[in-house]
Amino acid sequence: MYAQMVKTDAARVRSLDEMDPVERAFQERVDAGQKIEPKEWMPEGYRKTLVRQISQHAHSEIVGQLPEGNWITRAPTLERKAILLAKVQDEAGHGLYLYCAAETLGVSRDEMYEQLHSGKAKYSSIFNYPTLTWADIGAIGWLVDGAAIMNQVPLQRCSYGPYSRAMIRICKEESFHQRQGYDALMRMVKGTPAQKAMVQDALNRWWWPSLMMFGPSDDASVHSAQSMAWRIKQNSNDELRQKFVDQTVPQAKYLGLTVPDPDLKWNEEKGGYDFGEPDWEEFFNVIAGNGPCNAERLNARKKAWDDGAWFRDGLTAHANKMADRRTASKIAAE
Amino acid sequence: MSNEWPLWEVFIRGQHGLNHRHVGSLHAPDAEMAVNNARDVYTRRNEGVSIWVVKSSDITASAPSEKGPLFDPSNSKVYRHPTFFEIPDEVGHM
Repeated sequence: MYAQMVKTDAARVRSLDEMDPVERAFQERVDAGQKIEPKEWMPEGYRKTLVRQISQHAHSEIVGQLPEGNWITRAPTLERKAILLAKVQDEAGHGLYLYCAAETLGVSRDEMYEQLHSGKAKYSSIFNYPTLTWADIGAIGWLVDGAAIMNQVPLQRCSYGPYSRAMIRICKEESFHQRQGYDALMRMVKGTPAQKAMVQDALNRWWWPSLMMFGPSDDASVHSAQSMAWRIKQNSNDELRQKFVDQTVPQAKYLGLTVPDPDLKWNEEKGGYDFGEPDWEEFFNVIAGNGPCNAERLNARKKAWDDGAWFRDGLTAHANKMADRRTASKIAAE
Repeated sequence: MSNEWPLWEVFIRGQHGLNHRHVGSLHAPDAEMAVNNARDVYTRRNEGVSIWVVKSSDITASAPSEKGPLFDPSNSKVYRHPTFFEIPDEVGHM
């Protein structure tokens, strides 16, 4: 999940009877599956929660380019390089769709960048892990994008129109990301024993962080309950994690890999796998800024923004000059 | 400089013969860059044959709260729909 543990400001979910008529009308529209559009009335908590979730999601897309960008210059073939470039470019696009959706809620692009660069806004924990080998690029497509798809498919039905529409665009493009990753790994496991071992090593390192992407169990979380009442969130974290494991384990088997979980076992009764608990201490540590790459990622983002300032200013200056010239020639012609 | 680039709304004609359709928005310093950016952000997979961009601030929108007064007048004019009139079968296709 690209947005983790999003807060809602709610102390508890209120019933329709407790709401004033305006809020009740809003909640009834959400309950009826209607979309809420930018200029319509919405509870302040709904707006704030969406800003938090959508901006966190956007930041994740943008920061998510960094671990993969690490391998663009070192891709094993020209074709893989072109594919990876296209994939990373897509991530930039996804970030932009989402920033635009968040902006419809009254927050500016610069404010959101500021929140990311100052560390106030979060991005997904998964992007704070390093990409050590080429197999990591395959593993990210297969596992990380696979987990993202699990989360994003239901978000297409989100109650907020602009977010829902951004998710529809993103989901259309996301399948390419997962397939290119799996395809790279399929090729590697048919290679030398060293190449196959490299894939197993990548799975060993990415499996647990991928399960953590869904966030800790939120069955008892008031924020999740409120987000579900607002139809910003559709499924519990555990539900999505279970679906992800059930889908992914057979794919690992096909590659001839071993999932690094001694507790992993098919449960006939529930029709799904039983699996072990991720190390949540590690998760909270990464979220708090102490993961292996937090500082590196944030510094890379800040550097890109600062180093690009002269160029952005140059484009603005050029646009202003051209606008002035058009005005001048118009006056001259009169 | 902290000047944020203005916001542009992007419209794409998906195929020849279809209308341009709103696909989203983006920031750009001027119209020319907005078209360039729109190509990269919204047409990476042959989604279009033509792009329009318009400054978001130049769009005038109806207020959602006036939905009733704005659209109600047409609701009572059911005779605008051809199914309002019953034509006997013998007349044939009309």
